[in-house]
Amino acid sequence: MQRRLILVATTTMSIVLAACGGGATPAPSTAGGASPSAAGGSQPAPSTGGSTGTADLTGKTITVGGAFVDTEAAAFAATIKPFEDATGAKVVYNGDKSFEQNLNVQVQAGNPPDVALLPQPGGMKNYAKQGKLFPLPADITAAIDANYGAGWKDLGTAEDGKVYGVFHRVNLKAQVFYPLAVFAAKGYTVPTTWDELKALEDKMVADGTPPWCIGIESGAATGWPSTDWVEEIMLRTAGKDGYDAWVTHKVPFNDATVKKAVTDLMDIWGNPKYVYGGAQYIVQTNFGEAPKAAFDNPPKCLLTNQGTFITSFFPDAVKKDLDKQVGVFTLPSIDPQYGTPAEVGGDQAVAFADRPEVWAFLKFLTTSKSGESWQKAGGALFPYKDQDTSLYSTALDKAFAKSIVDASFVRFDGSDAMPAAVGSGTFWSEMVKLVSGSQNIDTTLANIEASWPK
Amino acid sequence: MAISPAAGAEPQNRLTQLGAGLGRFAVSLFVPIVAFLVLWAGFVFLKDSGAPKIVIVLVAIAWGVGGTATLYIVANWLTEKLPTVWQSRILPFVFVGPAIAILTFYLLVPAILTVWGSFFNATGAKFVGLDNFVYAFTNSEMLSAIRNNVLWLVLGTGFSTGLGLVIAVLVERSRINRLAKTLIFLPMAISFVGASVIWRFVYSFQPAGQPQIGLFNAILSQFGVGPVSWLTGEPLNTILFIVILVWGQAGFAMVIIGAALKGVPDEILEAGRIDGAGEFQIFRKIIIPTIWPTIVTVATTIAILTLKIYDIIVAMTNGNFNTQVIATLQWKNAFTFFDAGRGSALAVILLIAVTPIMWYNLRQFRNRAI
Repeated sequence: MQRRLILVATTTMSIVLAACGGGATPAPSTAGGASPSAAGGSQPAPSTGGSTGTADLTGKTITVGGAFVDTEAAAFAATIKPFEDATGAKVVYNGDKSFEQNLNVQVQAGNPPDVALLPQPGGMKNYAKQGKLFPLPADITAAIDANYGAGWKDLGTAEDGKVYGVFHRVNLKAQVFYPLAVFAAKGYTVPTTWDELKALEDKMVADGTPPWCIGIESGAATGWPSTDWVEEIMLRTAGKDGYDAWVTHKVPFNDATVKKAVTDLMDIWGNPKYVYGGAQYIVQTNFGEAPKAAFDNPPKCLLTNQGTFITSFFPDAVKKDLDKQVGVFTLPSIDPQYGTPAEVGGDQAVAFADRPEVWAFLKFLTTSKSGESWQKAGGALFPYKDQDTSLYSTALDKAFAKSIVDASFVRFDGSDAMPAAVGSGTFWSEMVKLVSGSQNIDTTLANIEASWPK
Repeated sequence: MAISPAAGAEPQNRLTQLGAGLGRFAVSLFVPIVAFLVLWAGFVFLKDSGAPKIVIVLVAIAWGVGGTATLYIVANWLTEKLPTVWQSRILPFVFVGPAIAILTFYLLVPAILTVWGSFFNATGAKFVGLDNFVYAFTNSEMLSAIRNNVLWLVLGTGFSTGLGLVIAVLVERSRINRLAKTLIFLPMAISFVGASVIWRFVYSFQPAGQPQIGLFNAILSQFGVGPVSWLTGEPLNTILFIVILVWGQAGFAMVIIGAALKGVPDEILEAGRIDGAGEFQIFRKIIIPTIWPTIVTVATTIAILTLKIYDIIVAMTNGNFNTQVIATLQWKNAFTFFDAGRGSALAVILLIAVTPIMWYNLRQFRNRAI
């Protein structure tokens, strides 16, 4: 009797085990990832030891995930080569256009890359709040203090006051690019005020070319260029305080100041005279594709208001000869009392794993060495104080970098600092609806306001 | 004296019995323990080893498949050691048990947790009652998603099944039967994402005065009609997406219905013709009722597909221009906005919408399985 009972018990156990056996097949993927709770089991905890620098890390692999692909991914691979050469570690970069969406799935599945290059500070704050990120060890925050201008450390700081992010490639927004040859031929001059810009637009229309090249399609992030425009106009019409109040939701999204900025935007975007292809073209054209129309012969449009990174999307012939073909001016001041502020952004590297090679890599990203080859390749700017600006391949980049390093008053991308539901959600999607003409400004702003998490 | 050998044999015999019993007991204990240890070693290796990925993958496959087989064999072996009565009682559970356990763990428990989660706020910390469902039926984007889902359900299912039926009947009488069937079935092999990439070129839009690379606009421009922005106007864009679904699924419907058509007995058709029924009457009054269960199965399968539709929308517009459906909004809420409550609520709505169709489908299936 007893024997039977034991046999029954063992059999039941085997059944349970069989269930586990079948179900646990994907175990390596979960075990391979480093969720903070599981990490550090067999590995030493370096946040106390901090074995950074040029330690020998031969055979170690660091997985890095980011949103840039193709040419940008190749440039990134080249730029981290010195780290691989110095330490022997291997950096495996995985670029994905829908990176922000897919990263979240990986994190929830316990399988994120060791290092993620997050374009959105809001994303960093979210993951920090969920306890998925590891704060930077003291030697890296000290390196940030030493080598970055004011504000960069704050942007990498989460709500708990700990620093999680290291900024690597950064960019400057509200730069208006134009083909130099056409400006010279038609006798156009660079506008320094909003009124001069308006006059220039009308002149271009009279000459038969719509002034603006605009495209806002961008995969799952479609709509973001329109939010940049709104922010840039907000900075210029509502000033520092109005902008901060808007970004932190101290005033509602459908406040009069915001409505004014969006109205200014739609005065240009909603008028087919001013934008090549009109509204339906804007919403269906990739942001990287749109500026190319300025370099067709004859040009289909002339002005592109974008971040500095957009030069890497220009046609090859133009890219080769950037300084002779492309001119740039900062989007002019609108309300003189607020001057011409600078909006910056950037990818911050955060750690999902607590391993010596990961920290060594992040520390490398705080040094100007980590940007050198990309400086030469073009299409990227770096915030390092000790960087050699003469390494930039073009006069454009040199000017951008100087203004970033010298800037005393900068603001970061407002939509990035908003809650994800707005900043990478309704602000994008509702703007797309507005621009495509399916709703008016009031409805758009009211919908975004309603979506703000309470 | 004569008794003593017997008396001596008695305890010895018992001892042997006991020894054999203990031996068997030890073996039945030993085998599962060894099996368990081997599997555990495999698990530890997979969890912690720094071996190259390909080795880990191969070991994982061997461990997963081999481990499951080992556990079945050991459990089966143990059961066979039992008396026959118990064998027949336990054996079904040995074989069905793991499947039920896995289904419970990976399907039933998550489903219950999702229903539970739908009554909580974004982080799952606060009970909010029906707030998430109120959002689902009042938010403007959700309302357009529900409308779009209804369009998908009605038009997508209707046209896929209807066209499949018509084509199956017509192709049966055509001389290029096989070629036509192959061509119509071919899109079925293309994933919806791939199909969407193809159809994006069909619907592509360039500003007036530029060369139109999109098929539709290229044709229109031949007649001097200005380019139409196909993908930005609602509800036309959703209907154009449904065309993609029909393109992919009509072939599926055609093949299944075509097979059923072959099963319609010739005698009944002959009898109908002798009684003077026209071809259309035969089709409506004989063929359709005979193959009705097949049509229902095809339609419900496609209906469930349309309720879950996700990839076409993401590949075409990412849900912009009011092309969202419930599944895309569910994803967006759960994984872009980090709102687990709303995401769960939308999943629950989808689940409720699919359930009656599923139930009907299964019932048909059971009736047919005679």
